[in-house]
Amino acid sequence: MHWWLPPQGSTFAQPIDTMFTWILIITGITFVLVEVGLIWFIFAYRERPGRKAFYTHGSTSAEIIWTAIPAVTMVILGIMSNGLWVKIKGRNSVPANAYPIGVYAKQFEWWFTYPGPDGKLGRVSPSLVDKTSNPTGRDPADPAGTDDILIRNQMHLPVNRPVVAILTAEDVIHSFYVPEFRVRQDVVPGMEIKSWFEATVPGSYEVGCSQLCGLGHYKMRAQVTVHTQEDFDAWLQQRTAQAQGGPTS
Amino acid sequence: MTTVAATAHAAHAHHDDRSFIQKYIFSTDHKIIGIQFLFLSLFFLLVGGLLAMQIRWQLAYPGKPMPFGNLLPETMAPGGILLPEYYLQLVTMHGTFMVFFAIMLLLVGVYANFLIPLKIGAHDMAFPRINMASFWSAFASGAVMLASLFVPEGSSRAGWTMYAPLSARHDYSGAEFGQEMWSISIILFGLSSILGSLNYITTVINNRCAGMTWFRMPLSVWALFITAILGLLAVPVLAGAAIMLLFEQILGTHFFDPAAGGQPILWQHLFWFFGHPEVYILILPAMGMVSELVANGSRKPIFGYHSMVFAIAGIAFLGWIVWGHHMFVSGMNPTLGSSFMVSTLLIAVPSAIKVFNWMGTMWRGNLRFHVPMLHGVAFIAMFTIGGLSGIFMAATPVDMFIHDTYFIVAHLHYVLFGGSLFAIFGAIVFWYPKMFGRMMNEGWGKVHFWLTFIFYNGTFFPMHINGMAGHMRRLYDPTVYDFLKPYQPMNEFITICAFLLYGSQIIFFVNFWWSMFKGKKAPLNPWDDNGLEWSTPSPAPHGNWETLPTVYRGPYEFSVPGASEDYLPQNRKLPTDRDPVMSPAAGH
Amino acid sequence: MSQAMAGAMDPPFPAERGIEVYNKKLGMWIFLASEVMFFAALIGSYVILRFGATGEWAKPGIVLSIQITAFNTFLLICSSVSMVKAYAAIQDGFPDKMKFWLLMTILGGACFVGIQVYEYIHLVEHGFVPSGFREGSHLAELVENGTLPAATMGLYGSTFYTMTGFHGFHVTCGVIAMLYLYLFKALPGKYTSQDFGGIEVVGLYWHFVDLVWIILFTIVYLV
Repeated sequence: MHWWLPPQGSTFAQPIDTMFTWILIITGITFVLVEVGLIWFIFAYRERPGRKAFYTHGSTSAEIIWTAIPAVTMVILGIMSNGLWVKIKGRNSVPANAYPIGVYAKQFEWWFTYPGPDGKLGRVSPSLVDKTSNPTGRDPADPAGTDDILIRNQMHLPVNRPVVAILTAEDVIHSFYVPEFRVRQDVVPGMEIKSWFEATVPGSYEVGCSQLCGLGHYKMRAQVTVHTQEDFDAWLQQRTAQAQGGPTS
Repeated sequence: MTTVAATAHAAHAHHDDRSFIQKYIFSTDHKIIGIQFLFLSLFFLLVGGLLAMQIRWQLAYPGKPMPFGNLLPETMAPGGILLPEYYLQLVTMHGTFMVFFAIMLLLVGVYANFLIPLKIGAHDMAFPRINMASFWSAFASGAVMLASLFVPEGSSRAGWTMYAPLSARHDYSGAEFGQEMWSISIILFGLSSILGSLNYITTVINNRCAGMTWFRMPLSVWALFITAILGLLAVPVLAGAAIMLLFEQILGTHFFDPAAGGQPILWQHLFWFFGHPEVYILILPAMGMVSELVANGSRKPIFGYHSMVFAIAGIAFLGWIVWGHHMFVSGMNPTLGSSFMVSTLLIAVPSAIKVFNWMGTMWRGNLRFHVPMLHGVAFIAMFTIGGLSGIFMAATPVDMFIHDTYFIVAHLHYVLFGGSLFAIFGAIVFWYPKMFGRMMNEGWGKVHFWLTFIFYNGTFFPMHINGMAGHMRRLYDPTVYDFLKPYQPMNEFITICAFLLYGSQIIFFVNFWWSMFKGKKAPLNPWDDNGLEWSTPSPAPHGNWETLPTVYRGPYEFSVPGASEDYLPQNRKLPTDRDPVMSPAAGH
Repeated sequence: MSQAMAGAMDPPFPAERGIEVYNKKLGMWIFLASEVMFFAALIGSYVILRFGATGEWAKPGIVLSIQITAFNTFLLICSSVSMVKAYAAIQDGFPDKMKFWLLMTILGGACFVGIQVYEYIHLVEHGFVPSGFREGSHLAELVENGTLPAATMGLYGSTFYTMTGFHGFHVTCGVIAMLYLYLFKALPGKYTSQDFGGIEVVGLYWHFVDLVWIILFTIVYLV
């Protein structure tokens, strides 16, 4: 059990954790000032016989100081945050060479679609969904989708390469969340949302559903494996050969 | 439930020929209505807490039979082991009961009703019968919400935030009519709240006694007034949303149905447009009351009274433009994320101003640690933690990580329990003599305070750690995830503290009920306070005063140099005071 | 409860001056502010859904009858005029004229509701329901032959019925309130030129309800 944030597994993790730490320092200083101040006052100014309180209605200069300092601090925090926010979530933030993976969320499982050799994902449509033969509603009329590989609850990706999750949901709102990647994005039925990230450490991780989606919300879990590029290529080749035809679990 | 008040009131029934039913059941007296709200809301506080205990059992010991779980039906907990169906109802109803029926009613239903006329020098509210309607519609609303737990398939189970489409369709959530009952109950509650708001606003604007100018009003009244405006404008949006949800559930409308062009995120915009002003409704009256408790306990004027008023107004105003910070990762346009981040960071400023001003009030005071002061100081200390944790969420990249985790749960409980509930405990003790003519026991009040303070921190502080680890909310069984398994000991620790916390409340409740019959009879002004409410007997008679008081000074004239005592009530006329100049009654 | 008051419509006295508007009127203005927010939620949702929808919206006049509703709008506006006349009458001290115009207002409002109910029945018979259109109905045919867009009919029905339904509910409440005042206050002669608060306050509500209708008529029926 760590007492701190999870290990850093993506290029976002370090700047986000740094932001977190800065905020912890600023709020920590404030915390100490307030709490120590309160404890000091409790003892220093407690009622004793013969004492009288100091009659004052306030101090304008104090008001100015303790309004200005928090305001300036907040503005600085805002500027620091926004650059990073736009980089991660901005409409034009997805790198051009990002490897696309379709992420389809439904009660209570995740379906991952990998583009085949053509590198492109085919169109999906909710009206085409069939539970057994076409769980993500892939459009057979789209040639880009004929070589797509569909796998349930397993996400595989290469390390050190931008990946863009193309998120769609079938029924209710879910949320795609991998703690070590510091990635979270709600998956909304009727919307196609892109969420990109770049994993930095090979290994095994978990996707948790992070928006209450019904009775099975607690077990809507998927396995994430970050491979080296060679291992990923090998895995993909093996799966391509296997999955000529239908989806696999 | 109001027979107890009867004993206390019997001694003061003069020129009052109302029947028992008119006096205590269908009463139009703001004080009785306030006490009715008190009994109703304390009941829901206990119920909400009981639901939380079961949530905590499940999180600490998933799969193990809960003590007394065998009393629950098979559909909820076969063999005493909670089912996901029941767990999600617990989570939903805990939030719903606590937000609406406990905290909102305790702060507004009780104290806006009880305090406003007494503290501004009015006989009663502007519309006493509408006030009565406000209570009984809240009562009906609570009854419907409680009943929803007992219908087939139980209550709604989509979280108190009721996100569509999960909340809109039985086949997605598994709930049946209980889902509709949530919407119906909320619509009734909305009616109650709006009727209350219009009363409080009209009364404060028009019914202040002579000399009670705007800037001589106590901060509790300012806070309740501004809260009423927030409620007036925000709650109708919730009512509209609940109606749309109800129609989605029973008429097959498509507001939130993407297959027919509807938008799930629309629900979130509507809900949080209400929801964010709502959380300020849940804290501002507490802040107002804390000002009373801390000024009184410090024997010193409030530091920066005008700043405090502007801070309340600033928080209320900014509260309208921050709702999107609940939706940073919802799929809404990221540019909106940037603008909401700015407004959210800014709203930290007026809250900080208030904390510093309370500290300024205590600085060089003559601090008297009666039970209300203990709670007031705890508010300042705990609200600070809650407010500071909010800054992490305001920073959008960090929020991406901690959204929907226990970090948020820690934050909301620090502000709502560490903040609002501590203020409420302090307020109950402080104004108890005014309500019931007796004092609560001081010794047991202190025991209750310390036990609550310790176990409350033990329960909620570790949630920050769990949240940082990525522990998601509303999980029936965290051990499904490998990355969460190591946090079970922490969950267990939190649960044990939670049980001890809930158990400690028994002391409060016994003290509350016992003191009503056996408590020390209250003197006229037990806290040596300046408010107008202490210038009339305790409990106050119907109509409060035969002749309304006149006000000569502000509400916090403690330790005035040269005065014989360390307090100076607002209505006490000194030889140097002149009467306020009254214009003739404004004709219309 | 004793309150020394100079007149029924003066602020309580002795007291601070407040806003120099008597309590009932101030209360009604405040209540109307909450009603603005309520209708804003419904109308705002309609605007977001309609202009966010991919695909066309049904053209005006195909599902809904503009002629009948235009007449209904005219009726409601006339009832606002009769309300003003009732208020002016009692202000100038003519209770009999006030009773007449109040009755006209009530009848106008009741007719409005009646016509709306008739409209709803007619629409449902043709297959227009809150969830969109019914299978096998006349409207379903129009969707089939392309006169109406299938993709947005669901939203069209949902928003139409919710907005106009709640407006109609508010009109009904107004009619009931006016009827109560007519029977128990106006007829027994309880209103005078010194004390006519109820008329003024219900008038404010009535004008508000009329204003909301004008907005709804424009953005739901005409656009």
